[in-house]
Amino acid sequence: MAENTLAIELKGISKAFGPVQANKDINIAVPKGTIHGIIGENGAGKSTLMSILYGFYRADAGQIFVGGRLTAIPDSQSAIRAGIGMVFQHFKLVQNFTVLENVILGAEDGPLLNTSLSKARKVLEGLSRDYELDVDPDALIEDLSVGHLQRVEILKALYRQADILILDEPTGVLTPDEADHLFRILKGLKDQGKTVILITHKLREIMEATDNVSVMRRGTMVATVKTAETSPERLAELMVGRKVLLEVEKKPATPGKVVLKVDDLRVRDEHKVERLKGVSFEIRAGEILGIAGVAGNGQSELLAALGGMMRATGKVTLQGTDLPLSGKGSDGQSRRRAGIAHVPEDRHHYGLILDFSAWENVAFGYFNEPEYQKNALFMDNDALRDDTRRKMEKYDVRPPDCWLPAKSFSGGNQQKIVVAREMEQNPELLLIGQPTRGVDIGAIEFIHKQIIALRDQGKAILLVSVELDEIMSMSDRIAVMFDGRLMGFRDPEETDERELGMMMAGMAGKRSGQGEAA
Amino acid sequence: MDYSTLLQILDSTLRLATPLLLASLSGLFSERSGIFDIGLEGKMLAAAMASGAVAFLSGSVWLGLLAGIGASLVFAAIHGVASITFRGNQLISGVALNFLAAGMTVLVAQRLFSQGGRTPPISGEARFNPVTLPFAEALRDVPILGPLYYEVISGHSLLVYAAIALVPLSWWVLNRTRFGLRLRAVGENPAAVDTAGVSVVGLRFAAVAITGVLCGLAGAYMATALQAGFGKDMTAGRGYIALAALIFAKWRPVAVLWACLLFGFFQALALRPDVVEAVIQVKVPVPFLDALPYLLTVLVLAGFVGKAIPPRAGGEPYVKER
Repeated sequence: MAENTLAIELKGISKAFGPVQANKDINIAVPKGTIHGIIGENGAGKSTLMSILYGFYRADAGQIFVGGRLTAIPDSQSAIRAGIGMVFQHFKLVQNFTVLENVILGAEDGPLLNTSLSKARKVLEGLSRDYELDVDPDALIEDLSVGHLQRVEILKALYRQADILILDEPTGVLTPDEADHLFRILKGLKDQGKTVILITHKLREIMEATDNVSVMRRGTMVATVKTAETSPERLAELMVGRKVLLEVEKKPATPGKVVLKVDDLRVRDEHKVERLKGVSFEIRAGEILGIAGVAGNGQSELLAALGGMMRATGKVTLQGTDLPLSGKGSDGQSRRRAGIAHVPEDRHHYGLILDFSAWENVAFGYFNEPEYQKNALFMDNDALRDDTRRKMEKYDVRPPDCWLPAKSFSGGNQQKIVVAREMEQNPELLLIGQPTRGVDIGAIEFIHKQIIALRDQGKAILLVSVELDEIMSMSDRIAVMFDGRLMGFRDPEETDERELGMMMAGMAGKRSGQGEAA
Repeated sequence: MDYSTLLQILDSTLRLATPLLLASLSGLFSERSGIFDIGLEGKMLAAAMASGAVAFLSGSVWLGLLAGIGASLVFAAIHGVASITFRGNQLISGVALNFLAAGMTVLVAQRLFSQGGRTPPISGEARFNPVTLPFAEALRDVPILGPLYYEVISGHSLLVYAAIALVPLSWWVLNRTRFGLRLRAVGENPAAVDTAGVSVVGLRFAAVAITGVLCGLAGAYMATALQAGFGKDMTAGRGYIALAALIFAKWRPVAVLWACLLFGFFQALALRPDVVEAVIQVKVPVPFLDALPYLLTVLVLAGFVGKAIPPRAGGEPYVKER
């Protein structure tokens, strides 16, 4: 097969959802046997485009060529027949099925299962040998780690003899080690002549793993370039349409007195499973402590316990005063009064009420304050709205319309609303979880600047993020969390991704101990 | 209590467990596919009326059976369209169908026969009659086992044996066939089925249709085997008990059999309060015996007897999204 034949060619693809034009006249050509990156901000239309290719949506206009032939892809079945496999960001696996059952689902060989299962077992053995895709075929999905789940998804596609594999944001839930493993697998697939399309918003992955990269912005294809001939800065500029600062600019921290002292904090979830197994740390004024770790290792419980959303045991002291961890005074409102602001990890469930307007969302937590009371019975809504307008302007929320329901804002602007509400109460301690999840690059830059500014005012900040880059660039001190415990503290200047990655996977780093900031 | 009384009670247990078993298995298919069906009661009632009426008019129990299945299928189809096609609330659709069946069966029967909402009594070819199993007479005199075989096992209508045969069949279909794998998958994670290129809607309609057929059998059994004709509200909550049995059995076919036999046993006891009193020396109110299946189900749901985990996607309409 000639080097330059195309695996996929899309011509003039357009797709609108109501008034929103998700894809506008998209053209893209993916050569066979390459890893092709598609990069763009959230809402740029990457996922829509790939869903059209996989038959999940139908394009309003345009043509799809697979292997040079015009192909209609009205549904997923046709995509599979055309040799296209997709690994979704949110895995499509049946929890209480075995790996084998998930792999054959929809690709069975006959009405009875026995033959399909034994055939699949053999094929899986071969695939895991060829591509480092080792998974126990009889394991139940609910018992597997996310890294393994992703391998099952890849196996599913390969079992269906996919020649073209699309991966949508594959590394979001992986440790750096698992991500490296994934890229080795993709490399192996490429060497076997398969074509890989990698959708991501992480520039580093694009630079490391891809041969070519296409950049999307607001539903249009801005450019397709050879990866070797571009740079992260150039790509970021193409994505956003202006120059962006990739590195966070900040002065060295000048830590003051201890603001938050946490001692042996333990949390059990509703199934009585211990999620936080004795966590101790301090944060000083004017310092950002970053908590790194793969999602689900207790970070959420840490934020929830400190924010007053979950009962805990242990001892937490804020500026010398003990905080009750259960019962009276352990609720979110009391924490707010004590001087803790909380930007929750999941803004859709805990940060905002999506159907409520922006001003109502900004009013949460304040509507009992004296300055917003008209008289004994009524709140002063005008004052709340004026206050919201001021915050929206200060935090550059677009559009600056305080009557708009929260759900009508983009992810970045929703996050700015939450950040504005929390930071403007002028807290002593800010808890901030996944500050930039689902937030576009421009807004990331803005939110990061605000966090640094708050630090420079001498406030203490606890930053939890699964994005290692974010932790490393923002934190003054890094703690790594694994299985409900802190694996150790590191100075961001003296550690690297490799060491942190090992710690995130539960292996102790080179040094151990509590590592107080000297 | 002597041996023959015990045999009598076991005999009624089997007869009374059969409609529960058929209805419970029918619900199993729908619920494992992710469509909750509280309308088993209504489907049974509609099927009972239709089969009773047609069996009387045609004189053929088989035509009656077909009519019962047909009526139940119509109700299943409405539930399917409401909850699969239009993504409506499955509980509300089921409850509405129950009300519809309760009123409509009486109305139609009254219009047809003017006997106060009943169908006229049927007999002979218009009914499922007891089948005597081979050797039942010959083995009757074998001590202990002979009477058990003759009194309890033998001498039921065909539908009783069909219901029992459906238990291993359902297990096999669910666990050993492609259809079963997809059915279970669609009840757990429809998105997985959809992205594998299999139609979620098609699978769920197939499951709901199976529910219609089996529930039709349950209703027809009520009117043409257990009783001789349809009477107002004759299912008397059996659809709900079947649902309770399904939960009690944690949505597994073989466990459904045991649950239905147990609940059938309670119903048989409720018919013989004198025996219960003689055995435990305490007068037990009949309503308490009637309530036992529900009490047990509540215990299961409260987590006292292991955990009942319903199909994860149960009750949720599938909306395609990424």
